[in-house]
Amino acid sequence: MQHHLVLNLVAKILIPFIILFALYVQFHGDYGPGGGFQAGVIFGAGFILYGIIFGKDLAVRVVPLPLVYCMTAVGVLLYTLVGVAGMLLGGEFLNYSVLLPDSIAGQHLGILLIELGVGITVASVMISLFFSYAQYTHRDEQQSDNQDR
Amino acid sequence: MIEIVFLILRDVCLFIGALFVLVGSLGVLRFPDFFSRIHATGITETVGIAFIFAGLIVEVGYSLTSLKLLIILVFVFFTSPTSSHALAKTAIHAGLVPLTHKGGNQPSN
Repeated sequence: MQHHLVLNLVAKILIPFIILFALYVQFHGDYGPGGGFQAGVIFGAGFILYGIIFGKDLAVRVVPLPLVYCMTAVGVLLYTLVGVAGMLLGGEFLNYSVLLPDSIAGQHLGILLIELGVGITVASVMISLFFSYAQYTHRDEQQSDNQDR
Repeated sequence: MIEIVFLILRDVCLFIGALFVLVGSLGVLRFPDFFSRIHATGITETVGIAFIFAGLIVEVGYSLTSLKLLIILVFVFFTSPTSSHALAKTAIHAGLVPLTHKGGNQPSN
């Protein structure tokens, strides 16, 4: 898509702001509208926009596929570890109050980490879904090229 | 006195914005072919949204909310023409011929 000059330029301008907005939604989710799921969707949409405009090969160089697959698990693992840490420190599963000596600060830390885990998982699942669809179309085109010959 | 001026300014801005959006929607329904429909939405809705946001900025006054509205307005100014451009360019590449007096592709109702 090298000839799409307008799309290239606008995407270059907008993608940093999209990712910045995703981080805002992520970390301001305690006090305002937002949260991990929405932030992950916006974050993933930024990378998907990059992949659509600049092609899958460049996008794979930005976010390598093994990293994406690892982050899918890391987010869930972070969520579970925070829950288990609550159990180990003497509370129930996902009881944030016991994470820190001050229960209010513990609840802040707990919800922040939980939402971070959700955001990481949602963003990486969206990116990996996009990559798998992009791979399929690429492969089908190659097959049809071979049939044409 | 100044409050009444602001109220009138807000209402006029919102009314003009709503009018532009209404005209754009009518254009989508009434225009004969794809490119003129793109023209109807792409231009009038950008202007309409600009007027609506100007009215909202007058409504909330000098605050952080008005700054956020201004940022959203800038983003709409970037993204709305870009999406129109992408749609029109894709249609040209797909072989859709604009409807002129010499003919063109038949409108698809």
